[in-house]
Amino acid sequence: MSLTSLPVSAGGRRTPSPRKRVPGEPRSVAYLYILPALLIYAAFVFFPFVHSIYLSFFEGNGITRMEFVGIDNYVDIVRNPILRSAFVHALELIVFYSFLPIAIGLLLASALHRSRIRGVAFYRTALFLPYVIAPTAIAVIWRWILAPRGPLNSFLEAIGLGFLAQPWLGDFTWALPSVGLVGTWIMFGLVLALLLAGVQKIPTELYEAARLDGAGPWMEFRAVTLPGLRYELVVALVLTVTAALRNFDIIYVMTSGGPGNATVVPSYLVYQQAFKVSQIGAAAAMGTALILVIIAVNLLISRAGRAD
Amino acid sequence: MVSRRDTVLGYLILSLAALVSLGPLIGVAILALGEPGRVGIKLDITKATNFGNFAEVWEKGDFGPAIRTSLIITVIVVVVSVALSIPAGYAFAQMNFPGRTAIFALLVLGILMPLESMIVPLYLDMRRFNLDNEYWSVILPQIGFSVAFGAFWMRAFFVQSARSLMEAAWIDGANSWRTLTQVLLPLARPQMLTLAVLFFVWNWNDFLLPLVMLSGSDLQTAPMALVTFEGARRTDFAYLGAASLITIAPVVIVFILLQRSFTRGILAGSIKE
Repeated sequence: MSLTSLPVSAGGRRTPSPRKRVPGEPRSVAYLYILPALLIYAAFVFFPFVHSIYLSFFEGNGITRMEFVGIDNYVDIVRNPILRSAFVHALELIVFYSFLPIAIGLLLASALHRSRIRGVAFYRTALFLPYVIAPTAIAVIWRWILAPRGPLNSFLEAIGLGFLAQPWLGDFTWALPSVGLVGTWIMFGLVLALLLAGVQKIPTELYEAARLDGAGPWMEFRAVTLPGLRYELVVALVLTVTAALRNFDIIYVMTSGGPGNATVVPSYLVYQQAFKVSQIGAAAAMGTALILVIIAVNLLISRAGRAD
Repeated sequence: MVSRRDTVLGYLILSLAALVSLGPLIGVAILALGEPGRVGIKLDITKATNFGNFAEVWEKGDFGPAIRTSLIITVIVVVVSVALSIPAGYAFAQMNFPGRTAIFALLVLGILMPLESMIVPLYLDMRRFNLDNEYWSVILPQIGFSVAFGAFWMRAFFVQSARSLMEAAWIDGANSWRTLTQVLLPLARPQMLTLAVLFFVWNWNDFLLPLVMLSGSDLQTAPMALVTFEGARRTDFAYLGAASLITIAPVVIVFILLQRSFTRGILAGSIKE
């Protein structure tokens, strides 16, 4: 970024330093600089995380004695259809939070690579806004839009598609895709702005060269746009996939996992099991399984970003 | 190479995308100013004049105290987290010490860790020390998560800051602390501002942690107040719209004022390394 333009002249005196140590203090002072941040992190993030793994091998309500059950809680996640469906739903939500916004973003960004737009700041503000506002508020707003007599159904009726009108969030088939589309709305602007910034950095000569070689729009996209956007795509994937897997607020407000268990997700089950039915061990196992999935998916993404 | 047709098409596409982003929010603004208490939900912009809805909701939903609680928590978290991220990032970037790589990796892991994975023991521990239902039960974990990203972010800045600048400061007799506070920090202002905006947005919006920690008390944050209000008036959509707008207003204001800082923070992810 702008860091290369630092006023280097201020350091222009080229006196060779007697020892290769900058800044000149014993290095153990580094621990003092790190300590305050590290202590709070260790006490309130890392230690509870380790503690949670420990608890996941027990059964009980966390007040009376906990009973050691080995990996039973994890076996349950695989065997119990409701617990298992939470992870299936989370993976389905990735389609809506991640794949759809990236597909839309790629399409629009590659259509835009030749135009020079003024007023990018305005568009960016608009596109980022859904990502910035509280998910709880987004959930309330979309519960209204998707309500049985809400704007979406009125709109469908107005354009003669009334037969498509649904109680979106109350329908076993439509509840999860509806919640997913809210995720698409939150993410597509962010992804588009990200890809747009990336596409502007691809040298126009590359496109000219591709055209001289007789490349059509599809080849141009495959050979120039896609490789040029690799870093932006990795960032977009990490942000959107993690958001899809961690979805708590939207589910809590919009559906509470319902109808039935049609929209339960791992983070909602962690909350429900720990604070509604007091199954501390099961909740901890769910949380630990969730972080394993998140880390695995992120490793996969960063490997894919480096490979091809 | 830039043809007029392409530019027009560009504006068209972007305007359409912006409209999709803003549409639901504009709709809610009209809704919030509409006639309260009606179940049938037809938007009528000519009747969107009921500014009294906001006063009504502010009163009935206890949004005054909730916004205050949210501000207290968020401001403390932002200030402390930025203050702790700076020296940590500086040490990771510019000093050599045993365990540097391992400690840094441990800290950065926190960026990925979902709160859901530790909320259970966090709550049990807070309760054991009688800290649940206190501001601190929300503030301390939020700082913990924030400094994980903050140290990572500030390190990226200090790694790039000119080494010659630091050497000069050292030759002038400045120790590492003075080099940091008097030479480097003035240059780090944009990075600090970005960090502050990101922390503000994330922690203001946070819902699960305050929900778990504060549910046994009178304290509630703005998102909690919204959800409580929503639970009490499931179909009173004009009021719910107003309550949503009250909840998001502080973040939207901060975001619009400091839009550049925020986008730099998100977009920088694509520039790193």
